[in-house]
Amino acid sequence: MAQHKDFVNNLYKGKEHFENSIFDMGWDEIVQGAAVFSFEGEIDHTVVNVHPEDRNVAETNSQNKYVGDWRVIKPVWNVDICIDCQNCWLFCPDSSIVSRDKEMVGIDYDHCKGCGICVEVCPTNPKSLIMFDEHIKNEDALTQWPEKKQKEEK
Amino acid sequence: MAREKAKRGKVSMYRNKRQMELNSVEVWDGNFANSHALRQASVDVVSAYPITPSTGTVEGYAAHNANGYVDGEMIMTESEHAAMSGCIGASAAGARAATATSSQGLALMVETLYQASGMRLPIVLCMINRALAAPLNVNGDHSDMYLANQSGWISIDACTPEESYDLVLCAFRIGEHLDVRLPVIVNQDGFLTSHKAQNVRPLSDDQAYDFVGDYKEVNSMLNFDKPVTHGVQTESDWHFEHKAKQNAAMMASPKVIEEVFEEYAKISGRKYNMIETYKTEDADIIIVCLGTTYQTAQVAADKMREEGVKAGVLMPRVFRPTQLDMLAEKLKGAKAVVCMDRSAPGGQTGLLYQDVAAALFNTSARPLLSNIVYGLGGRDINIENLKSIYTHAKAEVDAGKLDGAIQRFVGVRGPELKYYSVEG
Repeated sequence: MAQHKDFVNNLYKGKEHFENSIFDMGWDEIVQGAAVFSFEGEIDHTVVNVHPEDRNVAETNSQNKYVGDWRVIKPVWNVDICIDCQNCWLFCPDSSIVSRDKEMVGIDYDHCKGCGICVEVCPTNPKSLIMFDEHIKNEDALTQWPEKKQKEEK
Repeated sequence: MAREKAKRGKVSMYRNKRQMELNSVEVWDGNFANSHALRQASVDVVSAYPITPSTGTVEGYAAHNANGYVDGEMIMTESEHAAMSGCIGASAAGARAATATSSQGLALMVETLYQASGMRLPIVLCMINRALAAPLNVNGDHSDMYLANQSGWISIDACTPEESYDLVLCAFRIGEHLDVRLPVIVNQDGFLTSHKAQNVRPLSDDQAYDFVGDYKEVNSMLNFDKPVTHGVQTESDWHFEHKAKQNAAMMASPKVIEEVFEEYAKISGRKYNMIETYKTEDADIIIVCLGTTYQTAQVAADKMREEGVKAGVLMPRVFRPTQLDMLAEKLKGAKAVVCMDRSAPGGQTGLLYQDVAAALFNTSARPLLSNIVYGLGGRDINIENLKSIYTHAKAEVDAGKLDGAIQRFVGVRGPELKYYSVEG
């Protein structure tokens, strides 16, 4: 069982421990048909006004699942260049760009798969999001940022 | 409107608005009997693809639908795989769902059969048993019933249109019971039952719906207050537990099945049992078989009794889950048990033989146990054939040993086929 728990804890990096975790449950306790619920208890339509991190999500919600290790390259965000246009937030297929009140806050590396779409759609010059190898630290990446591309004389 | 209904979490609380007047005795074939049972159960979604000989079930239902007797939806799909997928989607959403198929259709459905049972969706499948190709054959044998053997579906067998009608109604009650929540197959023999019109004494629409009752949804996707994901991935951390839970429901289902059969007997006067028997109490030789052969064998057993041979017949009404203890109880007094499997064995003994052998092995009873493969692709089996099987078993009893082998092919042209030889 201890070995099993380690396996679980690895899956749930940095998330608070749930009482009566589904990973401790026997066959008689789990939900029949492997149905999983998004939220603890019932919700109503006002849940759309609650920030994702403040929602009362269930343990089985994908928000609690760490999938950052699927990534081999990662987007790094340069706050000095970003114009808060929200393009990356709009295009991210995994809701991994965190933005509040139309201001970019950062990247959710627990769920970002490194697809690079945010970099593709970034309109600034130079781009304020650039893909780097996963092993490069973000602060090192920021020192390697390219210069603004000058327009050629015509 | 649909949204309002969904909001209250009661998608299928209404029975069909329009009722059909039925005679106390109707002449229906097995397919049409099925179609009336589906209509009376007020199924919300029938998602189907036609295949001989089960087409009539859906065709009949479509006629009821077109004539305004059905409030539910009919989905005509592009394949049987899609047909069962439609039922799964509807059932997960919170609807009562049913379909019908045969043979290759069932084979194409197999992948989704496991989805349905694993997701614990109480879908009802009217299966008209037909041989599996190749060679292509539309006639009845039990190879499709045997193909669904391990799919996690409760499998019930009917011999006549009336039995099929009754058991389809019961199937909704059994599968939807909160202690069960498993899909149910109701089998009947292709053509022999499905296309032979016989007397059926149906319930009235109200009586039937009151018996089946409103659909009780569990974790339905249309419950917007509690968003749910169905068909999730579990891997090694949960899969075993879920399968254990699913199997526990299967193993607990006989109690519910018996209750439902009991209750159905009260309103219809027709009592079904987990295991049907005919004159087995004092029988020396018992034939174990499924489907219409059970009826033919009863006539043969009577004729054998006229000749002084104590013959009996047994049919597992509920094919899956297997009732080993009940089988042993009914068979322990016999001197010979002949298990007749109407399915190409594929290099093993038939499933009925395996069930009976498993049932008896841990008891002290040691009847001569043989396996007969017969009737493949709808090859006829008549009273004389069955009498000769009894006579053969009688000779084995008199000799005190099997006639050289466990498995024998009966009714096939060419040199005799026997497998699994036994000494003494």
